[in-house]
Parts: sequence; C-alpha cells; structure tokens
Amino acid sequence: MPRERISNSWMMHIVMLLSFGILDAGCSGSQPTDNESASDTTTTSTTSDFSPKQSVLKLASTTSTRDSGLLDVLLPEFEKAHNCRVDLIAVGTGAALKLGEAGDVDAVLVHARSAEHKFMDGGHGIRHEPIMHNSFIIAGPAADPAQAKGRDAGAALQKIVAGKHRFVSRGDDSGTHKRELLLWQKIEGLTKWKDYIESGQGMGPTLIIADEMKAYVLTDDGTWMKQRDKFQLVQLVKGADDLRNPYAVLVVNPEKAPAINADLANKFSDFLISKRVQKLIKNYEINGQRLFHPDRLKQETPE
Amino acid sequence: MIREGILEALQLLLHLDASVIDAASRSLWISIVAVVTATVVGITIGLLLARKRFPGRSLLILLFRVGMSVPTVLIGLLCYGLLSRRGTLGELELLYTPTAIILGEFFLALPIVATLTHGAIARLDPVAFETARTLGAGTLQRAVTYLREAKLAILLALLTAFSRCFTELGIAMMVGGNITGRTRTLTTATAMETARGEFASGVAMSLILLSISMLVTLAIALLSRETVEPAS
Repeated sequence: MPRERISNSWMMHIVMLLSFGILDAGCSGSQPTDNESASDTTTTSTTSDFSPKQSVLKLASTTSTRDSGLLDVLLPEFEKAHNCRVDLIAVGTGAALKLGEAGDVDAVLVHARSAEHKFMDGGHGIRHEPIMHNSFIIAGPAADPAQAKGRDAGAALQKIVAGKHRFVSRGDDSGTHKRELLLWQKIEGLTKWKDYIESGQGMGPTLIIADEMKAYVLTDDGTWMKQRDKFQLVQLVKGADDLRNPYAVLVVNPEKAPAINADLANKFSDFLISKRVQKLIKNYEINGQRLFHPDRLKQETPE
Repeated sequence: MIREGILEALQLLLHLDASVIDAASRSLWISIVAVVTATVVGITIGLLLARKRFPGRSLLILLFRVGMSVPTVLIGLLCYGLLSRRGTLGELELLYTPTAIILGEFFLALPIVATLTHGAIARLDPVAFETARTLGAGTLQRAVTYLREAKLAILLALLTAFSRCFTELGIAMMVGGNITGRTRTLTTATAMETARGEFASGVAMSLILLSISMLVTLAIALLSRETVEPAS
C-alpha cells in the first residue's frame, strides 16, 4: 500500500516535469545552438525559421572582469562583428571552470594559471590563450598595525599572521582565493586564526566587509581601482612579482555536449588576441588609470 | 549612504533608466507566466485533492504542504541539476534562459496554489457540494461551481504565489545566471549592484520590488478582509 502511494506521487511529478519541459522546448525558440551544431555544414540561412537565427556564445567569466567594465566594451564589439549574442555568466574562477567542465558554457575567461592547466590537462578544453594581466594588491587599514606596507606579498602576509591581525579571505575558490592560498603555501602555509575571516563572496562584497572590519585583504587592482573611493582602506602592497594576475580565455571541448559552440568560442579567442582588441584593452582606463595590460602586443612577450 | 542612494535611485526611476525598466519588466513577466502555469496545474491538483478519494491522496497533500516551505536555493539547485547540459533535461538547452527561471518559479508556486486551493475547496460549505450533486451537474460544471464559491481564497493563493515568485532570488540567480538583457531580474540585479557597491541602482531596483510586492500584499489584505467579513 505505501509503496503504491509513493509511486503514484512520483509518477505525477515525472509527468508534470516531462510535460512542462516539452511545452517549454516548444515555445522558446531563442536557443538555436543545438540546431546549429547539429547541422553546421548547412548555413544558417537554409534553416527555415521565423526569427533571424543568431548564434549564442555562452561565456563564463569572473566577477572581476565583469565589474571592471572591460567586457561592456569588448562584448558588444564581438557581437556586432559576428552577428551573435554573448550570454555572460559572471562567477568565480573555480565556478567558471566547473561550468566549462560540465559543458554548460562554450568558453571561460579566468585568472588562475595552475587551475587552467589542470583544466587543459583534463581534456576539458581545446584551446588556451593568455590575454592580459593586471596585478593583485594587498589593502588594509591606514594605521597598518602589521606594518605590511612596502614589503613583498609573502613578507606582508607573514607580518599579518604573526600579529594575528584581521584578514578577510574570499574563501570561494575564485582566482583571487586560489592566489591567496598559493601565497600562503609559499610562506609557512596557512593555519587559520580567529580573525582569519572567509567571506565566501565576490571581490566587491569582500572589500566592503574588509573595509567595515578594518581588515587586510588581497584584491585584484581592477576591482580595487573601480571601488576604492568608497573605502577607508588603503593600498599597502603592490607591484611585487608574486602578485601578477594573468587572465586567459579557454575554449571548452565540444565533445562534452553536442550543443557547445566551439566555433564561436574559437572566434572569440581570435578576437581577444587580435591586435585591435589588444589595443582596446591597453587603452581601457578608469579614472585615468589603466586596468589591464595586454599580453599579445608584440612588445610584450606572452607567458 | 542609504540617503544618497535613495536620492540617486529616485532619479534613476524618474528617468526610466533602461536597465532598471528592463529588469523590472522581465521580473514581472517571468513571475506572471510562472504563476499562470502553476495556476492551471495547481488548481486542478487542488480540486482533485479536495474532491476525489484515491490511494496516495493524503501523502500528496502532505507533500504539497511541505513543498510550500522548500527554500528557493534548493529549487534552484535541483533545477540546475535538471537543466545542466549533463542533466536529465540538458538537451533542451534551457539553462540560463528565462524559461529556466519560469520552470523553477513554477515549482515554487505550484505547492502554494495546490495547497491553498485544496484548503479553500475543502472548507466550502457542504451545502455547495450537495446542491451541485442534486442538480446533476457534470464534473466540469461542478468544478466550476466550487471554484466560483472559493474564488476569493483562490485569488489570495495566486497573489501569494506571485509575490513569492516576484521577490525570490535563489532560483533566478542559479538557473538564470543574471545575464544582461536576458535573465537579469530585479532581485539578481539588486544583489549584483550591491555587490559592486552601486547602492543607488540597488536601491532603485529594491524600490520597484518593494512597491509592486506591497501593492500585491495590499490587495491580499483587502481581499482577505472581504473573505472574512461575510462569514463573521
């Protein structure tokens, strides 16, 4: 008897799910990607459809690139050039790479070299192109109780942990968080102390928390420059070699799912490393400050 | 900071800032479609639960009642698993589309509509059932009679469901992805703007969110007074 009841309710759920799914597939004509990849030899014009077909690039990127405003400049250019639409999903680097692994996006734009290499080695990507870099900085209260100012990153962190000063970590597997862990690894390793706080949030909220708590924090300088007027925190450590922050674009392996638009993702990579776009990146400024340094202009050697 | 935010927010609203209007209208139509579909299914389920006896009925009633308190992040997570390209419905390519949000909000609204409809019909004066039966009305006619009798209570259920859908964040963020011009809703935009430190836009979005959901709540309050008064 009870078994019958359960199977009944389950049937109901399944039926509802299926019917709803089918209904939706029928009425949302806005996801052309799977038709296209299924018939990529035929041109889009031959597919008879009411709405003009537009291909879609699903791009997972980091909140720092979105919040810098750079993509607001670059993406419309790309959309215009290739008559396509870019759906940007902004998450942390770790999450972006996971979306790539799952095949839920066509390309990822991230900043964590070792995780990127792991992604490529795992066969999740078919192309990896360094694009640009900026740098991380360590910010903290103006009083600087740990005397971190002017040191290199490792020494500054050593000072912070020695005095058990308050430090806010992203704690979210983002590129910035991965870098922080790498920096700890290079000194004696991370033993969490009482005032080591993990926000679990993006760079913006983490900076706000650090500011409110008068804590030290590791941040990319793009987000910092964009928001620093709002903070009482000051920049303490900058420009050290161990704080270089390289960004790269990765094309997701189309074998993961038939719908992955590797063709458009490849075009997007070509676009990002083209001379014209590299110059756009070079000239992108906020409050008169350059945010990113292109890696692919000839005077600068890519890593 | 909040006061400056509110002043700037009012300016954004007065100038009908494109991004604000875009997110607001998307929020509105997504929740309306979700509630309308949930209404069709939910009212049918509510009627069946109230008027039919079948095995598994009380379990279903319990499930729908429990369903009213499922957190939106869990619904979001389940829908994500379902719609991801590796998921069961991955081939439909629905992740990060408005349809995905509608699907999630459908599951948010459905238990509310079903449970409250069931309650409203079950609470009807037994005379209504008697009359309908003695008049020899067909199944459909009887259903219509019951629904008409319980219409205020059902309307309340729909408004409640709408207000839940309109103001939820978890589903919209997880399966919508907060994509500019595609899946950005008032709630995801508010969360994002606040995270960016753009309090003015955050406040502007929240003000719209607040005024619409207050209107709905006001409607609920007025309606429930009407439903309560004739009885007392």
